[in-house]
Amino acid sequence: MDLLGYGAFFLTTALIFSLVTLGLNLQWGLTGLFNVGLAGFVAIGAYTSALLTTPDDAARLGGFDLPILVGWLGAMVVGGIAAALTGMATLRLRSDYLAITTFGVAVVVQLVALNAQKLTGGPFGIGFIPRPFGGLAETPLLFNFSNLAVVSVVTLIAYLALEHLSRSPWGRVLKALREDERAAISLGKSARFYRVQTFAVGGAIMALAGALQAHFTGFIAPDNYLPILTFQVWVMLIVGGSGSNLGAVIGSILVWAIWAGSGTLTSILFPPEQQARAAALQIAAIGVMLCVILLIRPNGLLGDRPRRPWFGKRAKVATAKSISPS
Amino acid sequence: MSLQFVVDGLLTGSMIGLGAIGVTLTYSILRFSNFAHGDFMAWGTYATLAVVSAIGATFGKVAPIAPLSFGWPLIVALAIGMAFTALLALLLDKVLFSRLRSQGQAIIVVMASFGASMALRSLLEFTFTSRPTYFSRAIQIAMPVGFGIRITPDQIALLLLTAVLVLGVHLLMTRTQTGRSMQALSQNAALARIVGIDVASVVRVTWVIGGGLACVAGVMIGILVQIRPFMGFDMLLPMFAAAILGGIGSIPGAVLGGLIIGLAEASAVQLIGAEWRAAVSFIILMAVLFVRPIGLFGVRER
Repeated sequence: MDLLGYGAFFLTTALIFSLVTLGLNLQWGLTGLFNVGLAGFVAIGAYTSALLTTPDDAARLGGFDLPILVGWLGAMVVGGIAAALTGMATLRLRSDYLAITTFGVAVVVQLVALNAQKLTGGPFGIGFIPRPFGGLAETPLLFNFSNLAVVSVVTLIAYLALEHLSRSPWGRVLKALREDERAAISLGKSARFYRVQTFAVGGAIMALAGALQAHFTGFIAPDNYLPILTFQVWVMLIVGGSGSNLGAVIGSILVWAIWAGSGTLTSILFPPEQQARAAALQIAAIGVMLCVILLIRPNGLLGDRPRRPWFGKRAKVATAKSISPS
Repeated sequence: MSLQFVVDGLLTGSMIGLGAIGVTLTYSILRFSNFAHGDFMAWGTYATLAVVSAIGATFGKVAPIAPLSFGWPLIVALAIGMAFTALLALLLDKVLFSRLRSQGQAIIVVMASFGASMALRSLLEFTFTSRPTYFSRAIQIAMPVGFGIRITPDQIALLLLTAVLVLGVHLLMTRTQTGRSMQALSQNAALARIVGIDVASVVRVTWVIGGGLACVAGVMIGILVQIRPFMGFDMLLPMFAAAILGGIGSIPGAVLGGLIIGLAEASAVQLIGAEWRAAVSFIILMAVLFVRPIGLFGVRER
């Protein structure tokens, strides 16, 4: 019974991760937009939903006590707007600038979460976030499974919607932009406008995942949204194969299994005072794994299509090639 | 508001500027933003620290040089640390970056540098734990120099060192054949190849300069603040902002950008509060991207 409950708990977390990975896949896998600050967008969603749905709290702004669904919608709207603004600022420039700016967004969101006590509760975070099936908390198994059901349904909807989107005319424009930007532009498609849209939708999905996680655990703090989160999700997408939505989901479950498994292993193998060091070694191993996958199988497990990410200017492909030692 | 922020800003700015030189060179010559650059700083600092303690173990306690808080061991160790960091950068390029570059997907290289940064930083945390350490725990008395400004001998020495290094790199870039080859490669790689520039050696020089200066910047942070595995990663955003503010590829631009950000951070600490310091680089970065994306001394992409 315990194992079953843990299984449900594990899958719930893994599916929330897959939701973030699906958002990243839309941005990177489909459109070639490089987001290294996704932890910031996840955090924006979590905090927005928490602010909207928690009971009134004198110590900080709000606690508006709204229904959970309103919180989730709010999270998507705010996350989408934040991503759209980031995109508008950088997408007319070189692709690296988007990477640097998203990195900055994550830093600033972390800073606001830590320091704007009136808004975010500071380092102590926000508690008492309503859970969808809080009444069932007496029977953990039922509670875990109802959570799993909710998260599965949301992930499935997002998955189907994204599959539909990538086959729709909108998705075909994105593919056209990715495959041959000049040809697509000459057909009258504004590259920048479509990219901002994609980036915003991806950001909204990430924010929704953050909100789901917040309502699943009932408590959030700035520590949940460190750069390590960004890193985990990237590894999930690359392992699964960028460009494939199914790959994003499978990669997330697989990598989360490895992560949680090696975490359990280190906690068994190492004495408590060595735990922090063992955890550091675990991260280093995953970092090396990411580099190795990029080197030997850059398309991941399921991404077999040849992929040409966006370079801002086609000429750079040639220069990048010519610089490499022959 | 006291003028002390000028000294604090110049010092922070020197650290950012020295780091930003490496970032801007990697970006203009190898054409990718290296997220592992901050971790070169941290590795260089820990290497220097290791050599200092090794010297301390062999020669016993060495008295510091008159007014400074450190003696010859730190200077020797810094030279060794710079060489070590340069080698680390070359090694990482050989096993990772150069192979990905040859596949011609620039943004994959950026992602690999992100993964390498995580791995490098976590290895430091594993080896040295995340507890902060110091080169010296001695407290220096700051001398008043007028206008309400106080400065310690260490700070003066490090500012001078920065000036010498920046001047040296600038002369190297503008007055030597190697430097001119580097500029040629950053302006037009294909043409540079045709005129017979040895691309592999230019790439090596780029990593050696970037790695060496990253180590100096890290040791400065180590002497004036503290040594932590995250010390370099936390400098990443200011360094990128400085490189973009100065204009990608410009050495004087990177240093000036670093000084501007350092001064802005120091005045923000006085006016708003230390906890918002990290937001300053982001605001400056966004302003540059909106108003003048090529930066102060940048050239428009051909």
